[in-house]
Amino acid sequence: MDVINALVVLANFVIVPGLAYGAQLALGALGVTLIYGILRFSNFAHGDTMAFGTAITIIGTNALIAAGITFGPLPTALIALPLGIAATCLLVLGTDWAVYKFYRTKKAAPVILVIVSMGVMFIMNGIVRFIIGVGDINFADGERFVVTARGFRDATGLAEGLAIRTTQVITVIVALIAMALLFWFLNKTRTGKSMRAFSDNEDLALLSGINPDWVVKVTWMIVAALATTAGVLYGLDKSFKAFTYFQLLLPIFAAAIVGGLGSPLGAIAGGFVIAFSEVTVTYAWKRVLGYVLPENLAPEALVQLMSTDYKFAVSFAILIIVLLFKPTGLFKGKSV
Amino acid sequence: MNPAIRTPLLFGFVAVLMIGTGIVQGWNSALLILNMGLISAIMALGVNLQWGFAGLFNIGVMGFVALGGLAAVLISTPPTPGAWAAGGWNIVIGLLLGGATVIAAILAQSRMAPGRIRTLTTLAILIAGFFIYRAVFDPGVAAVEAINPSVSGNIGGLNLPVLLSWPVGGLLAAGAAWIIGKTALGLRSDYLAIATLGIAEIIIAVLKNEDWLSRGVKNVIGIDRPVPFEIELQQDPTFIARAVGLGLDPVTASGIYTKLAYSALFAVVLLILLWMAQMALKSPWGRMMRAIRDNETAARAMGKDVTARHLQIFILGSAICGVAGAMMTTLDGQLTPGSYQPLRFTFLVWVMVIVGGSGNNFGAVLGGILIWWLWVQVEPMGLALMQILSSGLADGSALQTRMIDAAAHMRLLTMGLLMLIVLRFSPRGLIPER
Repeated sequence: MDVINALVVLANFVIVPGLAYGAQLALGALGVTLIYGILRFSNFAHGDTMAFGTAITIIGTNALIAAGITFGPLPTALIALPLGIAATCLLVLGTDWAVYKFYRTKKAAPVILVIVSMGVMFIMNGIVRFIIGVGDINFADGERFVVTARGFRDATGLAEGLAIRTTQVITVIVALIAMALLFWFLNKTRTGKSMRAFSDNEDLALLSGINPDWVVKVTWMIVAALATTAGVLYGLDKSFKAFTYFQLLLPIFAAAIVGGLGSPLGAIAGGFVIAFSEVTVTYAWKRVLGYVLPENLAPEALVQLMSTDYKFAVSFAILIIVLLFKPTGLFKGKSV
Repeated sequence: MNPAIRTPLLFGFVAVLMIGTGIVQGWNSALLILNMGLISAIMALGVNLQWGFAGLFNIGVMGFVALGGLAAVLISTPPTPGAWAAGGWNIVIGLLLGGATVIAAILAQSRMAPGRIRTLTTLAILIAGFFIYRAVFDPGVAAVEAINPSVSGNIGGLNLPVLLSWPVGGLLAAGAAWIIGKTALGLRSDYLAIATLGIAEIIIAVLKNEDWLSRGVKNVIGIDRPVPFEIELQQDPTFIARAVGLGLDPVTASGIYTKLAYSALFAVVLLILLWMAQMALKSPWGRMMRAIRDNETAARAMGKDVTARHLQIFILGSAICGVAGAMMTTLDGQLTPGSYQPLRFTFLVWVMVIVGGSGNNFGAVLGGILIWWLWVQVEPMGLALMQILSSGLADGSALQTRMIDAAAHMRLLTMGLLMLIVLRFSPRGLIPER
């Protein structure tokens, strides 16, 4: 019985939040990794792209709610998501046309593109603040819980409760759908295959008649969709704040690099590796150990390896360890 | 245009901007902008050393600046009574044990033959070391933080003159840069960028959470100043007499006097660093650095130790940022870890270097002062613009309030646009590298 209780506590505080956070990071890292694979630079504006998509989605959500349209037990933001994706598509395609295209045709060094993306980051950050401000916005509506702690306790008769929030379930399901669509697209469609060819060997791809402009456009559109989805899911799960999205850049990049930059599968694995390490290292293990260990060994202290505020340090440490021992990441990414 | 004319012209333009600000907005605010501008110029010099000379992509400036600020606290504030006796030594010994653990693990990795035994030994050292470290460190922290938490609760400093903290800030930043450089400099440029970004966030997290060290988000206020306080001047009869003799109000005069004193101090530091950077640029060492930047492989083939040179210049540049950070905390008179934001302390410095002209020290200095002026002035300018644009609308209408609120966010937009425009049309900056 104690072991089951321990497992329930573990699921409640580590596994379920870790899965949701990991799915959000994975979607974010997929965007970073696709840009890196096709356009060959690290896009520092990615966090702010996510924030922009989420901001538009929030505005759409508010308009829908004002018009009396809701999604029943599910958050209304899911209906507004396509609007956010469309707006983000326009934004990133416009940015590409106005900014990145010039450097691409000039074949500028990747590091110049990274610096350019810093400028884009400033502008996007400014735009997001213009349209939605800097405050903390909670836009999740509908049913809050799928399983409540009390309901779980009553149903199972266990001492510990397990609460699963709607947003957590939605995050995992939406992320799975998005990943499945992405892999289907990359592996089965003509455009997807040409994208992979372009990523593997640009010259050979051009030689076989692949239109680079089209590949780049499609990449940006997919990235916009992924970034907006990741941003909206994160915002539903926690809350929306422009600055937090900028800070997400670090765990997202860590996930993409740990998985191997340029490898979509790696980005997903990296997202979950980073998420679970953050959650397990910053979790206070006292209650789990209290159930598992014999009575006289039960810990007095919280058994928290690091305070929650150091979660950046965890993603960073994993990043460094992977880079030192496996520089191309877990799933052989490219190293240009 | 000939650089011999262009450089003085541009600096003259900045001087006109400052004097104009003084005439329009008052000399106190002009000097306030100038002082932060001088500090920003020093930060830009540091980044220019790393990026302009050596092509190292460091976006962790904020972390080094914050370490410099920590130095100001550790050097100049008085030690908290009883803190060392209560738990200070526990903390120091704990930190030493933690360091020893890491060194032991690194030694195990490098000295033992590869294989499962080595991995297990390393892991055992790390895990055992971590628990020993926490066992010594935690009680010390608890004891120190329990001492009068509403006013101190930290270990305090050494009660030395605050000017000493400027070089110490540089040393602290250099030490951190050595650790980062040792692990991350071998990596590709994007990886170094992410690594420095991460380190900066970690340093800020440490300052925010380690209350025993920096009081965390409770802030350290009342840091000693190298110049007299305004209030002392206002009570000094000779000063009042002199101010009145110059036809100035003593309150305004005291503000201007202290700010001018700061400006002089900062200008001295800036000129020394600028002179050193110029000498370095012209020396064989500077030529070697640029050769490494332009073609690493060729430089390596000539027998240059690229990794060691990179480490060297990374440490030097970070140390300069640390000095600037200590100067900034001295100017503010307080350390507020919550106020360190990457957009303001890392990316803005990058805008300064890019706009000023990477690879040129004078460009970096110019960019530092000019961009800081713009950063301060964009907000009132944006507000005025929005007021003119929305003057046709009904007073208090939703759109008008929205437009005026939005003026507060003009800064980031302007900086981004400026950076993109310079990168696109004049990628070498206002004062290009020769």
